[in-house]
Amino acid sequence: MQIDLIQEARRQAEICNACRYCEGYCAVFPSLQDNRIFSDGDITQLANLCHNCRGCYYACQYTAPHEFDLNLPKALADVRQDSWETFAYPQAIARTFQRNGMMIAFASVLAFALVFVVANWLGRGRDGNAFYAVMSHGMMVAIFAPAFLLPLASLGVGLRRYWRVVGGERVTSAHILSAIKSAGEMRNLAGGHGDGCNFEDEDRFTQARRVAHQLVLYGFLLCFASTSAGTLMHYLLGIHAPYTFWSLPKLLGVPGGILLAFGAVWMFVLKRRGDRHLGSVSAWSGEVAFIVLLGFVAISGLALYAFGATPLMPPLLYLHLGAVLSFFLLTPFSKMAHGFYRFAALVRDAQRKLPQ
Amino acid sequence: MPIDHVACDIVVIGGGNAALCAAMTAAEAGARVLILEAAPKPYRGGNSRHTRNFRCMHTGPLGPLIDDYGEDEYFTDLMTVTDGKTDEALARLAIRTSESCLPWMEEHGVRFQPPLSGTLSLARTNAFFRGGGKSLVNAYYRTADQLGVDVLYEASVTHLELDEDHVSFLDYVHEGETHRIAPKAVVVASGGFQADTDWLARAWGPAAKNFLIRGTPYNRGVVLADLLDQDVEQVGDPTQCHAVAIDGRAPKFDGGIVTRLDCVPFSIVVNKNAQRFYDEGEDVWPKRYAIWGRLVADQPDQVGFAIIDAKSLDLFMPSVFPPIKADTLVELATKMGLPPEQLQHTVEAFNASCGDTSGFRPTELDGVSTSGLKPAKTNWARPISEPPFYGYSLRTGVTFTYLGLKVDTNAQCSIGNRPIANLWAAGETMAGSILGQGYLAGFGMTIGTVFGRIAGREAARYAN
Repeated sequence: MQIDLIQEARRQAEICNACRYCEGYCAVFPSLQDNRIFSDGDITQLANLCHNCRGCYYACQYTAPHEFDLNLPKALADVRQDSWETFAYPQAIARTFQRNGMMIAFASVLAFALVFVVANWLGRGRDGNAFYAVMSHGMMVAIFAPAFLLPLASLGVGLRRYWRVVGGERVTSAHILSAIKSAGEMRNLAGGHGDGCNFEDEDRFTQARRVAHQLVLYGFLLCFASTSAGTLMHYLLGIHAPYTFWSLPKLLGVPGGILLAFGAVWMFVLKRRGDRHLGSVSAWSGEVAFIVLLGFVAISGLALYAFGATPLMPPLLYLHLGAVLSFFLLTPFSKMAHGFYRFAALVRDAQRKLPQ
Repeated sequence: MPIDHVACDIVVIGGGNAALCAAMTAAEAGARVLILEAAPKPYRGGNSRHTRNFRCMHTGPLGPLIDDYGEDEYFTDLMTVTDGKTDEALARLAIRTSESCLPWMEEHGVRFQPPLSGTLSLARTNAFFRGGGKSLVNAYYRTADQLGVDVLYEASVTHLELDEDHVSFLDYVHEGETHRIAPKAVVVASGGFQADTDWLARAWGPAAKNFLIRGTPYNRGVVLADLLDQDVEQVGDPTQCHAVAIDGRAPKFDGGIVTRLDCVPFSIVVNKNAQRFYDEGEDVWPKRYAIWGRLVADQPDQVGFAIIDAKSLDLFMPSVFPPIKADTLVELATKMGLPPEQLQHTVEAFNASCGDTSGFRPTELDGVSTSGLKPAKTNWARPISEPPFYGYSLRTGVTFTYLGLKVDTNAQCSIGNRPIANLWAAGETMAGSILGQGYLAGFGMTIGTVFGRIAGREAARYAN
């Protein structure tokens, strides 16, 4: 990890610890105030616990031009970003993608192309308009199973490294439950008073970012549940796609896709309005590219449903599968990783709060 | 000089809590209000930026406040800290009105929270702002904007022209140009003069040049001086300021809350000659916080040095600057610029006078005292013996000045024995009307809110 980033965050945390005016905003401050001296692991934990709600920045009496020059959201974002790149396996890939929207776009195009080529090669001589006529189920699994499992394995390595650095203890169901509650309500973007967070209009508290994020989160989870349901139906019940509207994959996937699409567009709009200098400036383009990719996954999926019975279906399927493929492959190396580390940080914070 | 035409009825001078309360109240009464704030936007809000709570009377649980805090108890607390130097009518007005202020503040965007860690003793009496004073200021600027209040930053008022008992116009400088405007009514809410260290030195003595100013560098008392020069009624001891002992490494201005040092009760404090000069364990720190500003101001070069050892380091709130650390007292003295032999001698004499320390209780008056030492340390007296040793330098940090404009229960200023028809004052600039000396935590915000609202109401009534 980069010592200068950690050192700057430590300098700021020490000032915050002598002030404590912000302790009502989020989980970072009570956690910070448990320490007098901050180890690298402490700073890494604070950085991943920070949801970048920015309340502390706009309330701070010590921001520039004050000589203390506090900008805790940025200092923690820089450490956070660096920590993901450090913990990621393989590290070089993370360094390439986390900070680079262009690289994400490039990788996505490659993934689309791959899907096209494979599909074309396999699809010759088949007819009908069912998905598996365009690309066989076996081929989809051959591509997507490793594309799903390898990133998960990579994340597992990263999270293990994280847990060691922050000094995590044995996890109990109470810790997990506490973290689920916090993430489920996005409590750390509520500002403590419930008015929301600061983002798109300086010090105004709104629910925009909190709601937009939860649309993405719940939309994504519904889509994931839809895919899982489809997989189970395919293998356990022998019911094959395409599914009707009143089937589980559709009932989960259509609302999920709508929430995800709407949330991603909203996040994109907010992201462009917020002050970039209160986050990791170098990661901004990577973050935006990730939102775009996520939105594209959702919108192409919905389009596929809407136009599944038309001649547009094959190209739409390739686009959608290409987007899903690059999304999965990039998970450990893109902004998507934040969900896993943030959750780990919430679990770790629950260990601090809950009695042993 | 021609008078500019501006579309406003009321000018509020200043941009802190009192100014904003006045501006919002007047705007809600239908007046067109212009705020002239001397500071640039990032530094707007005067000393309110550094505040964190509001002392509030309440007859039952109210918002974040528990139990009750009645008028008489509040008034008694005030009389204790001011040693009776209090205007009872105005003080009781502020106290009584404070209860209705809390919901008003919430309606205008302020959010409260339970007391901050380390301030549990204030849970019953003081309502804490979530995010501190700057978040309160931000919320008020948002609300004022919605109410149509205009704000001009970096606009320094230089003169109010008094025509007998009437302000006929005022001058302000903005972007290098002087403007003259003639509002119907004016509210002065521009604080004290503590940031003008020359004035402070004239009032207090040359030693004041070495004082640090805990708050905004923009409270230079320009408007206050201008009005007092024109014989507007004044109040408060012109030579006095409220001062506390803060970290000697704090910036000259705007160090705020983080520069406080809570280590004194567990330390010995010496001057630059490495000699003790006062009982460090006289009372719990919040109660003695203020007198140490004066004690340090009376020492050579207006500086003190608090020395502790390893066993006391975790007993108080962390400091913003790390302490100076050394394995021996001689090394510590050298690092801090103190005479090493004398420091060693002072510590040895202190240690020798310490007795049984088994009754040591860091959070209460434990009576663990020295014997035969002058000055004695009457509580928490434990030998300074366990390395590493730690040292902090102490300087006098000025919070506010007492000299101000005298107001009546309508927050109105006067000249001779007549009220000035269209001039009101609120906040620190008139707090001397109520507080003769000392300070009660959170009372400055009470005065600012109560009298800001009164001034806004009266100014709007006049202007309409």
